[in-house]
Amino acid sequence: MQCQHCKQQAATIHLTEITNGQRQETHLCEDCAEQRGLAIKNQVPINELLSTLLASQGASPHAASQEGEGKPTQEESTSPTALACPACGITFDQFRKETLLGCPSDYEVFKAPLLKIIEKTQAGNISHCGKVPARAPSENKRYVKILNLRKELQTAISNENYERAAEIRDRIEHLQ
Amino acid sequence: MKLNDLCKHTTEWFDGSGPDSDIVISSRIRLARNLAGYEFLSRLAPDRQAEVLEKLKDAIMSSDIENDIFFVDVDTSPDLERQALVERHLISHRHIRGAGPRGAVISAAESFTAMINEEDHLRIQIFKNGLQLKECWEEINAIDDAIEQKVEYAFSPNLGYLTACPTNVGTGIRISVMLHLPGLKMTGEIEKFLNAARDTDLAVRGLFGEGTEAIGDFFQLSNQVSLGVSEEELVHKFTDNIVPKIIEYEKEAREELLSTRKAVLEDKIQRALGLLKNARLVSSQEALFLLSHVRMGINLGCLEGIPITEVNKLFMLTQPAHLQINKGQQLDPDQRDIVRAQIIRETLLQN
Repeated sequence: MQCQHCKQQAATIHLTEITNGQRQETHLCEDCAEQRGLAIKNQVPINELLSTLLASQGASPHAASQEGEGKPTQEESTSPTALACPACGITFDQFRKETLLGCPSDYEVFKAPLLKIIEKTQAGNISHCGKVPARAPSENKRYVKILNLRKELQTAISNENYERAAEIRDRIEHLQ
Repeated sequence: MKLNDLCKHTTEWFDGSGPDSDIVISSRIRLARNLAGYEFLSRLAPDRQAEVLEKLKDAIMSSDIENDIFFVDVDTSPDLERQALVERHLISHRHIRGAGPRGAVISAAESFTAMINEEDHLRIQIFKNGLQLKECWEEINAIDDAIEQKVEYAFSPNLGYLTACPTNVGTGIRISVMLHLPGLKMTGEIEKFLNAARDTDLAVRGLFGEGTEAIGDFFQLSNQVSLGVSEEELVHKFTDNIVPKIIEYEKEAREELLSTRKAVLEDKIQRALGLLKNARLVSSQEALFLLSHVRMGINLGCLEGIPITEVNKLFMLTQPAHLQINKGQQLDPDQRDIVRAQIIRETLLQN
């Protein structure tokens, strides 16, 4: 396929944009894509997805401007996104730029804004379901077990497997 | 380091055998883990990073997980060796580009790898040929348990295993299957498959080559969601729903091609073989493209006498770092095209 722009080189960047349900495809060569500011990355579309999401979360004015860092306005310095994690020093704005967190405590420190992002990137899910480390305190294990069972319960009900659902409900009650 | 020996043949997960291996090349499961009490990589001071490396390396090397494992110091290894590890899918590009103390523990059979200090402190993976996700999960789960006896992972009851990027939080699992879908590509139905995959929160990208364009009709399908879905549920979804459906569509596409466009199909396959047997310069992209057609020809029974293992071997051994390691010298891209063409010719003419 030929590049739509220069009509000389082979198109290797294929962009699909969906705006208001309208699908538009653009096919460009690397040079033309770069000229248009479409970064070329070899892997990890998921990180791209996250940074796009973070950028589009620009309900706050400074997220839209690229160089908010360094000169926080009065408003920003009091906003939770300008808070630094006491354990690693990262701010939520820095995370927005880098898409990587600084330490496990960040999940607690930036809980509210992070959960919004997590909800978007994790198909609406905001709680864990699955394996728990053997070393985790038994209270934590019980907690996750209940969460897992609740999920199983939903599946059983949606499959109209009521016998199984009743069984699971008993187990949940037992754990609680 | 056994890399020079490894580079002479293809990886076990790409040997062309295994369940449904004419379409599903391989299955892979990786888990992302971080140590409690340490910052994530982006905020980890070099001395603490060295500590994490030692801790995890010791934990893995002293666990009885695989019989024959070796450690690679990714920070100090020569570029060509690191590149070869990427080509064998044992470590990532990101791991090479990283900084500071970091490494990988690899099993001699190359089915198990642990990347230490990549994006997370620890990323462990199991590779198997064909569709064997359940087996991958059992193995990686046991290895994870064994490592966890020696170190403490960062974990929260609400969010599960805590990872540097929130897109991995929860189970920290990434399930991938590598698919060869030349039939769907030729019938033009591949777009439907790609769109359906994206609609169901799956990521698709190319297996070989650069960019997201899948060269040679190889696609890697993986989950995007790691939170709120248990590992077993995800494995079940892939093994019993998603992948069988794709296999069915690909088989239908191949059959349709055979019954309605046999001449076109055979022409493509024979042209590819003719080019590969005679060309004097073959770029890596061209090799992928043509070998893909030959591979399909063998799987459809249109080509006889060429073992699939030989074709799979060529996919692996004609990659840039492999060519140079096996030749024992640095080669620029033009020289590589000559050597690549030569290896392909020699292999195909022997059969």
